[in-house]
Amino acid sequence: MIDKVFSLCMWAAATVVLCMFSWLIADVLIQGIPALSWEFLSSEPLRSGREGGVLPIIVSTALILVVALGVAVPLGLGGAIWLAEFANKESRLFSVIRMTLDMLAGVPSIVFGLFGYAFFCGFLQLGFSILSGGLTLACMILPILIRTTEAGLAMVPNDWRKAGAALGMRKTTLIIQVLIPYSAPAITAGLLLSIGRATAETAALIFTSGYVDRMPESLSDSGRALSVHIYDLSMNVVGGDKAAYGSALVLIIIVVQINFSANLLSEVWLEKKVARR
Amino acid sequence: MNKPRPFEGKTYTLGSIEKGEHCCEAVPHFSIRDLSVSYHGEVVLSDVSLDVYKGCITALIGPSGCGKSSFLSVLNRLSDLIPGEHVSGNITFEGQDILTNNIDVRALRTNIGMIFQKPNPFPLSIYKNLLLPLKEHGVRDKKIQAEKIQQALESVGLWDEVKGRLDSSALALSGGQQQRLCIARALILEPSVLLMDEPCSALDPISSGIVEDMIQKLAGKYTIIIVTHNLAQARRIANYAAFFWMQESVGQLIEFGRCQPLFDSPQNSLTAAYVSGAKG
Repeated sequence: MIDKVFSLCMWAAATVVLCMFSWLIADVLIQGIPALSWEFLSSEPLRSGREGGVLPIIVSTALILVVALGVAVPLGLGGAIWLAEFANKESRLFSVIRMTLDMLAGVPSIVFGLFGYAFFCGFLQLGFSILSGGLTLACMILPILIRTTEAGLAMVPNDWRKAGAALGMRKTTLIIQVLIPYSAPAITAGLLLSIGRATAETAALIFTSGYVDRMPESLSDSGRALSVHIYDLSMNVVGGDKAAYGSALVLIIIVVQINFSANLLSEVWLEKKVARR
Repeated sequence: MNKPRPFEGKTYTLGSIEKGEHCCEAVPHFSIRDLSVSYHGEVVLSDVSLDVYKGCITALIGPSGCGKSSFLSVLNRLSDLIPGEHVSGNITFEGQDILTNNIDVRALRTNIGMIFQKPNPFPLSIYKNLLLPLKEHGVRDKKIQAEKIQQALESVGLWDEVKGRLDSSALALSGGQQQRLCIARALILEPSVLLMDEPCSALDPISSGIVEDMIQKLAGKYTIIIVTHNLAQARRIANYAAFFWMQESVGQLIEFGRCQPLFDSPQNSLTAAYVSGAKG
């Protein structure tokens, strides 16, 4: 009896979640598809985005993402490998770093935005620029990236570390040839989570990369991200709803596309590197 | 019962075996003196002294948790990986003190292969499992690589079973095959010693038998130190046996000697109780 009630509750919960999610997607699709056209994707916004398209905004978003990932991925991987494979896990420093990372991962993005504004825009005199925005996002996703990658490495059985050491192998060889390829799915998942957070970010970007909607000419130009564009259209621009839905659809398509290709890449790479079974 | 008396190490050197296999030379390969191991200040193994003879099979027997595996992992310095472990005493291996800091640990571990309780092939193809250590130790020539890999697989009797599927995953092999692959992976580096930590305990009886036969064939060419809970196995394959026991929660070497006499006429009452099955 209790089992039945319990499973019914679980089913209900799952259904509610699924319905909400479908509703959200359907809403964006229904309202967004009419706005979507080649012209929308390939032209500059006019009249504060009520008309025209989103090309400069897509370009800015891509540039911000490239800067953020370009900085965060190497640092994140390096940090995670150090934490998982080299750090003395019984030391105080280790637990302090882990705790700090967990706390940073939970800090609201607006705090990162203010930090970015004070540090990158102000102190480093980068101004409102794509560089400032990308670097701020890098700071924001770094803790998530490090912790997921570290968790992925921690999942790898210790047997292989012992096997490698007993064969007189360098730790580096083992990490590159066995541990990283084996934990590639977990690392990819962490990366996708970070990309998701980065593309969805609004608060941190308004303060750092600004909201100029012209085509950026360099990384030191201000650039408006898609999420900022959606926020601006729906909050500040009367009659911008249609374009907002169109931009939201574009954002969703981009994120799905990145997810798909990242998973494919990691699978292909994994197939080549390790043979699970 | 008599108060148990720890092995008093005055007669470390036992000399060659007069009866039995030809493999034994009366040359100590390892000379271990007053070896103690502790974790975070808690002593787990104390004052072990014994000689391990070249080309012989030495079995380490005793109940779980009496320090046999700790002892084994000190011999190739794999104990370095365990934080908080402290080792004191002396181990001379091929004329070198291996517990000093300035020893080349990678070279040591290349010369002393180790086989673990649970087979641990890398999640790579069968071929790459053997290729990785080879490349790591500087064998670049593809032809030599292929030759060595075939030799190693032949020496563990695996070649005929896997030669058609060298590119398939090592994890798809059976437990016994995986363990033999791990032994091949250690042998490919041409070590002089093999340390085995209960290599058969995770295997089914048939695989276990195959691996045991193989270990016997390796004797003579390699010095083998094997931890085993299977007394019958120790009796079948070992030339020497060392019996460990916990005393006041510290592992100690109680008796060390030639395998046959240690089982048939043990000197210590604890050994007698253990090998007869009355204790442990």
